[in-house]
Amino acid sequence: MQEILTVLWEAAPFILEGAGITVVAVVGAMFLGLGIGVPLAVAQTYGTGSVRRMADLYVWFFRGIPILVLLFLFYFGLFAWIGLNLSAMTATVLVLGMTSGAYQSQIVRGAILALPQGQFKAALALGMSRAQAVWSIILPQALRLSIPGWSNEYSILLKDSALAFVLGTSEIMARTHFVATRTYQHLPLYLLAAAMYFGLTWAGVGVLRLVERRVRIKGYGETA
Amino acid sequence: MRVVGISKRLGGRRILDAIHLELFKGQTKVLIGPSGGGKSTLLQCMNYLIFPETGFIELEGQTIDPRNTKALCAFRQQVGMIFQDFNLFDHLTAVDNVAIALRKVRGWSRRQALERAMAELERVGLADKATLYPAELSGGQKQRVSIARALAMDPKVMLLDEPTSALDPELVSEVLAVIRALAQGGMTMVMATHQMGFARAVADEVLFMENGRIIEQGPPAALLTPGAATRTLDFCSQLEGGI
Repeated sequence: MQEILTVLWEAAPFILEGAGITVVAVVGAMFLGLGIGVPLAVAQTYGTGSVRRMADLYVWFFRGIPILVLLFLFYFGLFAWIGLNLSAMTATVLVLGMTSGAYQSQIVRGAILALPQGQFKAALALGMSRAQAVWSIILPQALRLSIPGWSNEYSILLKDSALAFVLGTSEIMARTHFVATRTYQHLPLYLLAAAMYFGLTWAGVGVLRLVERRVRIKGYGETA
Repeated sequence: MRVVGISKRLGGRRILDAIHLELFKGQTKVLIGPSGGGKSTLLQCMNYLIFPETGFIELEGQTIDPRNTKALCAFRQQVGMIFQDFNLFDHLTAVDNVAIALRKVRGWSRRQALERAMAELERVGLADKATLYPAELSGGQKQRVSIARALAMDPKVMLLDEPTSALDPELVSEVLAVIRALAQGGMTMVMATHQMGFARAVADEVLFMENGRIIEQGPPAALLTPGAATRTLDFCSQLEGGI
């Protein structure tokens, strides 16, 4: 028992530092995914012809391949092949972000489709271009509706980020694995890692809940 | 404004069949007729929210080319549209609903746009509701905000698609009062409605639409006088008898 506590005590700061790296990777990937997902969603709903097909192709590609395969494919394959010398961390953020972009596009697309399309018509009738109508009328509302979906996406992405340890990104999982293979205290150490993921999920979902409440439109969606 | 030979098919069904319509400055025309007769489609074709297959629209002698995006946006600014279900922007307050097109389309400053928006809200009697969101307004108030929103763009023509059909009966009159004031102020309008009393009082001309065609048209006195053997009167007596 004494030994377990000593290992935990000594490993905790090291693994906690990994939690910091996990957070940076996941938040980075979430924002990258947002930057990719929103234009994709707009292209899928309002785009025509080739624009729409390109967006469909992107989503189809990233949703169809396991993250583990994508990580290897990009880090050891594609990035190396085109001569990009990226750190494991950068590659992790890029791959998680691109994958999340495919999933986030579907969250935003669903939100766009859930809006009454009359508002788009009304915006056009006032003389707005399609782009203006999407930007100032559709997206501000669709993004609000997307927050519950993001909360889900965040919690999935956070746990997927554990896979990044295969690239050597020194996040929670990698560091826990590192200590565990040297001390043989697998049970307490992985419980600690699990607790960290649990805490991060809880915190992130809580933050999104706060955001949701903050940007809520008065009177909207209330049941009378 | 002239509508020349507008036709539209949807799903193999002919919705509009070579419609001609001429609208002079200051005129109020009322479209009546059974649901599915093409009233709403015609109004939406008149500002190219729906592209007709044949025919074209002329405004002050200028033919509009809907494929020219710039010209289309400029044209739509001159044609205000009021929808049955208001279509207010849910994420904006009443005053921002009115101001947003001035800012985004006309490029006005925020202050300028808000000032103008307040003036328009005052015109429809809602200055005290300026900071409320659509979800906090009654149906009648929402429709008045949407009228203010259209008026802020200084339209030359207003198209109203059953503006009171989605309202509770006790809210209809406040919206009709605003529309009547517009008509009396010389606004050029085409309005689809089932409010016969209103049509009689305000319309210069009544157009009866059925199966995508205007089958009767004339001053309300001619079409709606008791005893006139018209399809319009027949339809209206059914409407009023039914209520």
